[in-house]
Amino acid sequence: MFEFIGERYRQILFASWQHFSLVAQCLILATVIAVVIAALVYRNKSLSSLANGISAIGLTVPSFAAIGLLIAPFGFGVTPAVIIVSFFAALPIVRNAIVGLAGVSPSVVESARGIGMSRMRTLATIELPMAWPVILSGIRVSAQMVMGVAAIAAYALGPGLGGFIFSGLSRLGGAKALDSVLVGVIGVVILAFILDLILIGIGRLTTPRGIRV
Amino acid sequence: MSEPSGAITGASILLDEVTKQYPGQIKPAVGGLTLEIPAGSIVMLVGPSGCGKTTTLKMINRLIEPTDGKIVIDGEDVTQMDGDTLRRRIGYVIQAGGLFPHMTVAANIAIVPKMLGWDKAKISARVDELLELVSLDPAVYRDRYPKELSGGQQQRVGVARALAADPPVLLMDEPFGAVDPITRQRLQDELLNIQAEVQKTIVMVTHDFDEAVKLGDWIAVFDEGAQLVQYDSPERILANPANDFVENFIGSGAGLKQLTLTRVNEVELVDAVTATPGELASAVLSRLQGAGQQLAVVLDSRKRPARRLSRRQLSRMQVIDDTVDDSMPVVSDQSTLNDALDTMLVASSETAVVTGRRDVFRGLINVQTIMEAIAQANSSASADSEAPVGLNSGAIPAISVENAMAGEADGESAQHPVEEPR
Repeated sequence: MFEFIGERYRQILFASWQHFSLVAQCLILATVIAVVIAALVYRNKSLSSLANGISAIGLTVPSFAAIGLLIAPFGFGVTPAVIIVSFFAALPIVRNAIVGLAGVSPSVVESARGIGMSRMRTLATIELPMAWPVILSGIRVSAQMVMGVAAIAAYALGPGLGGFIFSGLSRLGGAKALDSVLVGVIGVVILAFILDLILIGIGRLTTPRGIRV
Repeated sequence: MSEPSGAITGASILLDEVTKQYPGQIKPAVGGLTLEIPAGSIVMLVGPSGCGKTTTLKMINRLIEPTDGKIVIDGEDVTQMDGDTLRRRIGYVIQAGGLFPHMTVAANIAIVPKMLGWDKAKISARVDELLELVSLDPAVYRDRYPKELSGGQQQRVGVARALAADPPVLLMDEPFGAVDPITRQRLQDELLNIQAEVQKTIVMVTHDFDEAVKLGDWIAVFDEGAQLVQYDSPERILANPANDFVENFIGSGAGLKQLTLTRVNEVELVDAVTATPGELASAVLSRLQGAGQQLAVVLDSRKRPARRLSRRQLSRMQVIDDTVDDSMPVVSDQSTLNDALDTMLVASSETAVVTGRRDVFRGLINVQTIMEAIAQANSSASADSEAPVGLNSGAIPAISVENAMAGEADGESAQHPVEEPR
């Protein structure tokens, strides 16, 4: 195992970085999409439950099957990987963003409107900052989940640590096959841990003292 | 605004046959309401819950858009102008202040000036000025968050925020509903002190008739459907309720409510012997004996009363120290005689210490002064100033037209020039 790592640590580091970068970028994209969707639906009860329902159903789709289906229209490589990771990342964030925005006290919104803030301004400067801690916890759940989903992306020859897992599994029993799988799996776990620490740090820095629990 | 201007900076408001009809409801929430609100006065909208008083208030800044009718502020028809622009010119205070929890006190107050594009230095100076105005030390409170304040302090910041851009009109929706009775009394006194400085036009919704009598220059009593039952001065509503509904609403203690009509600053205060910490007790005692009084009041360096000392206490001490007695009965000069009497009874004391603006010592008030004032108030009950116009038209019959119009027969659209309310 250590021999395996020693032999190709550059390759492992590069794949880890690619994996991390894929997840981080997709997470940002997913957050933007999810917040926009939540902002469009949160004031309407039936639209909110529709969005929540889609989010719940979406999470039951097997990611392996989904990426397989995406190969046909988008080919191999980065595109299907980005689509699949962003899609799964957005689902929990949509949910939390709706809960967070709906949880902003109506009296706070009323007083924002009452002193002359427009709808957009109220959303941007009052509602979103107040919902941010809830949205961020959705992002943390997403981050953990899509670290694993991103490994599947290697099936479509996407970037990241998934390559070690698939190549190891395909020649299981062969030389260093198990080492390869283990490096992929442990690498993903370590990356997930690092990303979570970073998100906690971001939470500390971006949550105003007034709404910290 | 650091010195009392005394000039009216408020604007007059006219609701002209304003109606709010919600879709799917047969009866309008507010039907054909005409209400004239004189510049620089406090008008209280009272009535049972669900009577449409809050709807009426929110139509003034068009948080609720009227279905019909006109709203005129300072002679300008604002019914069609951009709602956000309009609301930036009108202060708005709700229960518990409606502060934004993720912003500091300073940021909360600075919101409207920021939207209006003031420069940073001007905003920061304005924030400090307003915190001073609502009796919060800027150095201490500027950078706090709302959750680090008490309910009363949050409410003060809410008022400061509403006044930030110096709007001519202030709308308040049950602002003191969520605080305990003692804090409420203080906040009411403070609002009156602030109003004496800024002279805005204030429209406030309350369900508490005592509060309406205490704060209002004019009171509008509503029944279901924002039907205006009586619109007059507190004195005349108490003396002459328009009908059974108003009489029931006032409650059976209407005679005692006269106590709420007179304020401490309207009666003659008793001068007191004052002392400062560090003075010799014997010197104060001899002054006390010279004046023929029982109690001396110790003032701190900012002339705020700290404690009272009796002759006996003085004879036992050498030098006056700077202890502060929290249980001393203190009332503001904006308090009503009702508040003052209440304070004295709670403290089992025949006198209470009276403070003015920024808690500076003014004098003493005693039970005798209050009794004399009641006797006087009863003998001069009727004022002769003319009430502003207020009536319902259209779908709802105008019940109190004859009263509100002060005898004018055909006055649906007539506007009275309103004299000084008090």
